[in-house]
Amino acid sequence: MFKYFEPNKVFSITSKAPKYVLIFFIIIVSIGLIEALILSPEDYKQGNSVRIMYVHVPAAWISLGIFSMITFLSIFGYIFKIKNFFLIAKSFAPSGFVFNIIALVTGSIWGKPTWGTWWAWDARITSMLILMFFYALYLISWRIYENKDQIYKITLIITILGFINVPITKFSVDWWNTLHQPASINIFTKSSIHESMLFPLAIMTAAFALFSLLIFLMKYNTELIKIKNKGLDRI
Amino acid sequence: MYGRKVKLRFFFIFLAIVTLALSIFLILKSLEENVVYFKSPSEIKIDAEIDKKKMRVGGMVKKNSIKIVSQDVKFVITDFKNEINVVYSGAVPNLFQEGKGVVAEGYLKDRNFFLATKILAKHDENYMPPEVKEALEGK
Repeated sequence: MFKYFEPNKVFSITSKAPKYVLIFFIIIVSIGLIEALILSPEDYKQGNSVRIMYVHVPAAWISLGIFSMITFLSIFGYIFKIKNFFLIAKSFAPSGFVFNIIALVTGSIWGKPTWGTWWAWDARITSMLILMFFYALYLISWRIYENKDQIYKITLIITILGFINVPITKFSVDWWNTLHQPASINIFTKSSIHESMLFPLAIMTAAFALFSLLIFLMKYNTELIKIKNKGLDRI
Repeated sequence: MYGRKVKLRFFFIFLAIVTLALSIFLILKSLEENVVYFKSPSEIKIDAEIDKKKMRVGGMVKKNSIKIVSQDVKFVITDFKNEINVVYSGAVPNLFQEGKGVVAEGYLKDRNFFLATKILAKHDENYMPPEVKEALEGK
């Protein structure tokens, strides 16, 4: 089923789509920011610093999600020998890395007024830092190696090693005592976050996902142009 | 449907993930003592050694237990089973309140007395507007 992939057809989509995704992103992010910064209520305890959450939580979700995705893409790319999957993974990684940094920085800004410290070596925060290093390793390994087969193998190893860290990050707050609070949003039980705060959170998550899609399309487009120009590096 | 090579590669990745996940699980299990950010008063009652090492205690600030004596803040950390008295001198974070979560970093002097050098407020997972909080308390 993957054999019928045609770079030319895909290219016609990836070269036109970013415009529309950008417009859509601007609309959604404007609604999200108005909701998060103006319309949503203050928290009973944290006051206005709760608004940091609307950036922090979606950024953390997206960075974990993208890392899982590039892991599965690399694994399937390796098992079925589909080089295109590695390129898709490569194009997704930068936005995941950026969102990971955003999650760490906004968490730190929130932590100072709330906890009374910028940084704590607790399991959640440390595992998120480790994930950032895995992202960095992944991105760097695409730059330092010339040989494509070498890159595929090394990025596969990095993603698998880093992926073990994803459930650890997710469940660290349940398994161990951490300074970081447990998850407020649960799929199976009632969320411990009020509906009026849930809505801006959902919108901001959609906005960040769109932003990742936008960056992905632009990066992937560049990869396709590189292939076209070289004419050698066939997918 | 798929070739032998594909199946072998699939099996290889599967084994690699299982091996890695298991070994990391075992490593974390044996390091549990250091992975936890703080201990509860009950854990301290049972197994903490009273030594010079810095450690952290976490739990709830007991209701009506905060006393300010000249420079010091005295309060009780409880996990609703056991309690520990804490003394601290310095500024406390804004969210440090009675009935809320707290993590104290410092030295254990004896089973019931903890000398804190740093106080962190622990935030719980509940987020709600003040009106909702009032409505909940009014019930």
